[in-house]
Amino acid sequence: MALAIELTGITKRFPGVVANDDINLEVAEGEIHAICGENGAGKSTLMKILYGMQPPDSGTIKIGGEVVELHSPAQAIDLGIGMVHQHFMLADQLTVLENVILGAEPMRSFGRIDFDAGREHLDEVGQAYGLDINADDLVETLEIGERQRVEIIKVLYRGAKILILDEPTAVLVPQEVDELFRNIRELKASGATILFIDHKLDEVLEIADTITVLRQGRTVGTVKPTDVTAHDLAEMMIGSELPVPDAGASTVTEEVALAVDGLRVIGEGDRAVVDGVSLSVHRGEIVGIAGVEGNGQAELVNAIIGLDDPDAGTITLLGREITHFSVRSRREMGLGYVPQDRHRDGLLLGFTLWENSALGHQTEAPYSRGPWLSRTGMRDRASRIKADFDVRTPNIEVSAHALSGGNQQKLIVGREMVAGPAVLIANHPTRGIDVGAQAAVWDDIREARAQGLATLLVSADLEELIGLSDTIVVMLRGRLVASLDPNEITPRDLGAYMTGAALETDVA
Amino acid sequence: MTGRLSHRLMLASAAPVAAVVIAVVLSSIVLLISGSNPLAAYADMVQHASKLETQVDILNRATPLYLSGVAAAIGFRMNLFNIGVEGQYLLAFIVSAHLGAQVELPAVFHIAFILVVAMAVGGAFSGAAGVLKVTRGVNEVISTIMLNAVVISGLAAWWIVEWQAGGEISATGGRVGTEPIAESGLLPNINSWLEVFTREIELGKKLTGMLVVAVAVGVVYHVILNRTVFGFDLRSSGANPTASHVGGVSPKRMVVIAMTLSGAVAGLVGMTELMNTGYYPSNPISLLGFTGIAVALLGRNHPAGVAVAALVFAFLDVSSGILQISGAASREIVEIMKGVIILTAVIAYEVVRRIREREEAAAAAAAMAASPAAAS
Repeated sequence: MALAIELTGITKRFPGVVANDDINLEVAEGEIHAICGENGAGKSTLMKILYGMQPPDSGTIKIGGEVVELHSPAQAIDLGIGMVHQHFMLADQLTVLENVILGAEPMRSFGRIDFDAGREHLDEVGQAYGLDINADDLVETLEIGERQRVEIIKVLYRGAKILILDEPTAVLVPQEVDELFRNIRELKASGATILFIDHKLDEVLEIADTITVLRQGRTVGTVKPTDVTAHDLAEMMIGSELPVPDAGASTVTEEVALAVDGLRVIGEGDRAVVDGVSLSVHRGEIVGIAGVEGNGQAELVNAIIGLDDPDAGTITLLGREITHFSVRSRREMGLGYVPQDRHRDGLLLGFTLWENSALGHQTEAPYSRGPWLSRTGMRDRASRIKADFDVRTPNIEVSAHALSGGNQQKLIVGREMVAGPAVLIANHPTRGIDVGAQAAVWDDIREARAQGLATLLVSADLEELIGLSDTIVVMLRGRLVASLDPNEITPRDLGAYMTGAALETDVA
Repeated sequence: MTGRLSHRLMLASAAPVAAVVIAVVLSSIVLLISGSNPLAAYADMVQHASKLETQVDILNRATPLYLSGVAAAIGFRMNLFNIGVEGQYLLAFIVSAHLGAQVELPAVFHIAFILVVAMAVGGAFSGAAGVLKVTRGVNEVISTIMLNAVVISGLAAWWIVEWQAGGEISATGGRVGTEPIAESGLLPNINSWLEVFTREIELGKKLTGMLVVAVAVGVVYHVILNRTVFGFDLRSSGANPTASHVGGVSPKRMVVIAMTLSGAVAGLVGMTELMNTGYYPSNPISLLGFTGIAVALLGRNHPAGVAVAALVFAFLDVSSGILQISGAASREIVEIMKGVIILTAVIAYEVVRRIREREEAAAAAAAMAASPAAAS
């Protein structure tokens, strides 16, 4: 079969990290080709290169057999490549038609937009690819799945024959995923080539004709879904053997360190994004919060940290009610936090490592004495974090952006751990870091747990949740809907709880 | 280790040196095009600046520029653009001139009273813009520009009439302004301090006592910023407000405090003139607030860097006078030089920053590769 895309020896370096290292990829015309890999494996970089958003440092790109040099997305679009981004780029206040033709408006004389021609072309595209959408709906009235369809139509409208879908299922609920897969199959039947980026293995096995696995910027292999199991794929993604997060013997005590009672947070549109949540974390216990992203976990964490003020309910830390305390006083009481987005919430990228190692604890010894900073205290702590938490860096004087993601994460975890917290909120603590760093973070949390640390773990990694937690609670639409024993649950069952499927069967 | 250190020092000084060299080259080209001899012009400037009296002029000019630069720098450190230094110092100037003339106190207290009033007025006025920002989401650039207008064509224009001194207020006569402050409220000149090192200062030049205050402000700024928890809060909040918030620093609080402090220092800008003449004139020294932004930019918000920048600007300002007298070149050339220095400095700093970033990343990557590989 003819090749739609052929990438050879693609290499792309960023400061301190090789995002793509000699990657080869062959995509046959008319197939659904999945690209799998962990966060940070280089999937997004590769797709940005293919879409002309970033030039590769070396390597060649062939589209339809022709060698091309891509300098801009516009050029990629001309070559028939379209990209559907994970985050939709739609104007809410405009109709579907207006959004679709935006930037590619059919024109009449005197600079007037020819809406009729646009509508006609939109209908043709919709029919040709079996995509059903009402051109006059306002985008703000559409469901997530429908918005995604608009994004796909937008790309097809511009004549794309090769579609790149960047983690299209990340934002969808299961029914919408089914609908998307139906659309993708129809696209394929109509002759389109689909590049599908994902790291959810079940989905990949279901939809793809061919699967290419990336790991740490390299191509690990290309396989057919009929030849492999999800377990095989996972091993390819991660490396030799799967590290298993295992909490070991229980160290749970009777003493409640963190208690949340009837917590309610009102979000945009007067909707309760956290709705009557009650939970308690004991010393020596890890409580895992499972849930599809966007079900209120982030808001719950923000309320506990003190970034958002809850509208009802109480938060109690070590026996003291802290519902309306400032972030700083909570931190000084012994609340540690590993944020989900380390660049946004965890680090001062332009600052040295020793300054970063004080962030969030700058009011406490040994980082400061009274109003005065202690540079020696900060440097000593930073050196200790570097040594104890295996932060790979030439020295502690470099700025934080010089470190790789995994090392940045180890620095943050180390910073929170050396402060000796009583309660740790770990928000996706291993997201986007390599396996070695991941195992190190797990060890750190386990060790601290043995010392009596109470941990609230929010994670999208079900293995991690099941492996580390003493108790798992499931969050769905702002509520805690189930409390589960990690010893008795599989990732598949947990997934069913997270989407609400298990609850429905329980009721039925 | 010394090799590394000298390398870092070299990188740090490369940008300003390159900026000055390029500025001199470009200015020479402009001078040549305009038919002047650049060497003659530079010789005039350097020769003039080598005189003690000129140096006093330069220091007198640099003092308010430095205070203005530090005021802007405090804002910049918190990612705030306080473009209202101009209005803040003029308001502080007129209010402290008026109130200072109303009281009689022993010298030390009288001077302190005037300086404190100036800082309080500047701080409150600037702090208002901070409060507007955190409570109503008003961008501080917009609000401080509008507050400038409120002062310049509003309050100051009104009060200069309201507080107009009766009769003649100066020996030369005929000038208008507020009631003069008693001798006890004026900061004496510090000619004697300089004369310890050299000869007597002639031509009636007086080195402003505000120079001491400016140096003190610079030292306090440096110490607070780099050695205190508050300074760390300020720097971190300016660099990354969300991470800093997660780390316990309330961004809103920092905005209000930073704007207030910036305004308080701005309040001192007009004091160089007030402490010399003793009253607020109908045509006070102006534009120092806007020049301060350029000074802060050139000095990279660093206390010593801003000092150097203020001296460079003061030198150029003072030189424009001698160029006019000697006729070696048009005096406007110094404005061109200022502009070129700022432009080249901004570009040079960015280039150096990128080089440094790349070197660090490479070193970190090397450290990764050198140490035994992890489980990967």
